[in-house]
Amino acid sequence: MPRLTFAEATRRALAAEMRRDPTVWALGEDLGRGGIFGQYRGLAEEFGPERIVSTPISEACIMGAGLGAALVGTRPVIEMRIADFTLCAMDELVSQIAKVRYMFGGQGRARLVVRMPGGMWRNSAAQHSQCLEAWLVHVPGLVVAAPGTAQDAASLLKAAIRCDDPVVLMESKNLWTAEGEVEEDAPPAEFGRARIARQGGEVTVVTWAASVPVVEAAAERSGVSAEVIDLRSLWPWDEAAVVASAARTRRLLVVHEAVTVGGFGAEVVARVIERLGPGGLRAVERLGAPRAPVPFAPVLEDAVRATPERVAEAIRRVAAA
Amino acid sequence: MGPNRPPGGAPPPNETARLVAMLRLMHRIRAFEREAVAAMRSGEAPGVVHASIGQEAVAAGVCLHLRRTDRITSNHRGHGHALAKGADARAMMLELYGRAGGACGGKGGSMHIADFSVGMLGANGVVGAGIPIACGAAQGLKLLRQDAIVACFFGDGAVNRGPFLEGLNWAALYRLPVLFVCEDNGFAAFTRTAEATAGAGAAARAEAIGVPALSVDGTDALAVDAAAAELVAAIRAGGGPRLLHARCYRWEGHTGTDPAAYRPAEEVAAARERDPIRRLAEALAGRGVDAGEIAAIAAEAEAEMRAHREAARAAPPPDLAAAFADVQDIGAPAPCRA
Repeated sequence: MPRLTFAEATRRALAAEMRRDPTVWALGEDLGRGGIFGQYRGLAEEFGPERIVSTPISEACIMGAGLGAALVGTRPVIEMRIADFTLCAMDELVSQIAKVRYMFGGQGRARLVVRMPGGMWRNSAAQHSQCLEAWLVHVPGLVVAAPGTAQDAASLLKAAIRCDDPVVLMESKNLWTAEGEVEEDAPPAEFGRARIARQGGEVTVVTWAASVPVVEAAAERSGVSAEVIDLRSLWPWDEAAVVASAARTRRLLVVHEAVTVGGFGAEVVARVIERLGPGGLRAVERLGAPRAPVPFAPVLEDAVRATPERVAEAIRRVAAA
Repeated sequence: MGPNRPPGGAPPPNETARLVAMLRLMHRIRAFEREAVAAMRSGEAPGVVHASIGQEAVAAGVCLHLRRTDRITSNHRGHGHALAKGADARAMMLELYGRAGGACGGKGGSMHIADFSVGMLGANGVVGAGIPIACGAAQGLKLLRQDAIVACFFGDGAVNRGPFLEGLNWAALYRLPVLFVCEDNGFAAFTRTAEATAGAGAAARAEAIGVPALSVDGTDALAVDAAAAELVAAIRAGGGPRLLHARCYRWEGHTGTDPAAYRPAEEVAAARERDPIRRLAEALAGRGVDAGEIAAIAAEAEAEMRAHREAARAAPPPDLAAAFADVQDIGAPAPCRA
């Protein structure tokens, strides 16, 4: 299997899907120039400007037009450039895309993908670094996925394009250049199926997206037999896999880059306790960002980040509790 | 810029028949909405309705130039647009009552009427939200090489929202087959257009973006008809988007419960004097259409909508399972425990 960057893996996956289905197309800013992370490089040359559409900086219309195009039978891939910019298109995503099928009684389907490159990367500060997956998991109608490996970046994108529900892909900017082995002909991923990234018996650590490699590294250095579960998709999420692991270890840690308060980790913990009962765990902890915006200076950014050191400490703390 | 009225002289017979069809449609819209408002005010139908009574010429005048394969997007005041595009009036009334068999299975209500089978891609509860959707529908149709256009109805309030600017720019940039229809009824909710909108309004804003526009008296059915004919022809010829600015007057309040005390009674009375339906009927009488036929059109429309309301009253509520259906296939919700 070739080793590919996340950007290249998704570029190839999108190209394969566009060759397979002529109704698949992509729209977003600067896509004709390869996208800002190179994840669309060369696609305009192969598919032309009508299927790799470079748009104005016009988030509401990028999102809304994607929906309109889906309603007449195409499968658009909507590129948000930076996840934070989705906030300029929240009505279109939350009140239009997520609702259209339901409120019209099943008449319309939003078969589309929203790609949201998010999280901390190159000290991009408060408006270009947010992880807002919890907002979107909260919205009925959306499938939400967050790949943590290059293989999943490709396989989840394929699955998202073929899905009949609208899918939000929380891609991690910090992972675009990371490499991993990618089987290009792998079937599309299955939403709601987690990956056991590392087996262990003492602590269950649940994570996703850019935190996956951080947690894997931290688990190695923690000296604890930690089982690392990469959720891959957040709605639906693999509750069964997490509950089974936590029932065994009885120690649960959830790690995410997003702010801890109201984060998706809260949902994971709550469901595990609902399933196992209030006495089902010996120790439980969430490790995310403090409820502060992401600052610019590297030392300040690191202060709000779940670094491998902090994650390793948390693993040891939960193991010892 | 304004369109010329159709030239005088005897119109061809099929032209008269077309205008009679427009009158019939306008009567049906008004009759539907009168029943809808009454149903809401009496408490028979839940929620609120936004009536377009007095604005019927815009929906009818535009949609009579559309084909079944063309699409429309609409706004919260969308009953007229839906009926004009051919949506099933019975299913719409059932929807307003929240009953089984409603256009959206009782899950949308008045503000979310849709009938995809006739190209009606949905009313919308968010001002201006249908504009990007219309642009994308046109872009998708173009990608699929389908020979169809999209008409996008919105009110004067929408021109102050970002999606208006974004959508017009978008449609012009990609030369999309979209007819933007700004139905300027004088009020954005409770606020007069003039108090909320700077500059010369929708048509001027469109022209500034490079979208050719026409302004018409939206209470003059023949003027709307002529302008829509011109704009739709230009769009079908590949000329890119156009905008129609139709000035009219909202006879009712913002919603069926709004007494609209913010405007003088004389103003409303004057608007009613310019009743688009009566004026079209007079024009048709002038063309030799029999007075009895004109009266029958009104009576038939009223009888039809009364019957729909009776049917809606008698219809059963939706099956409770509908509350959990059509959310999503992957990760669908678990029904609540009984």
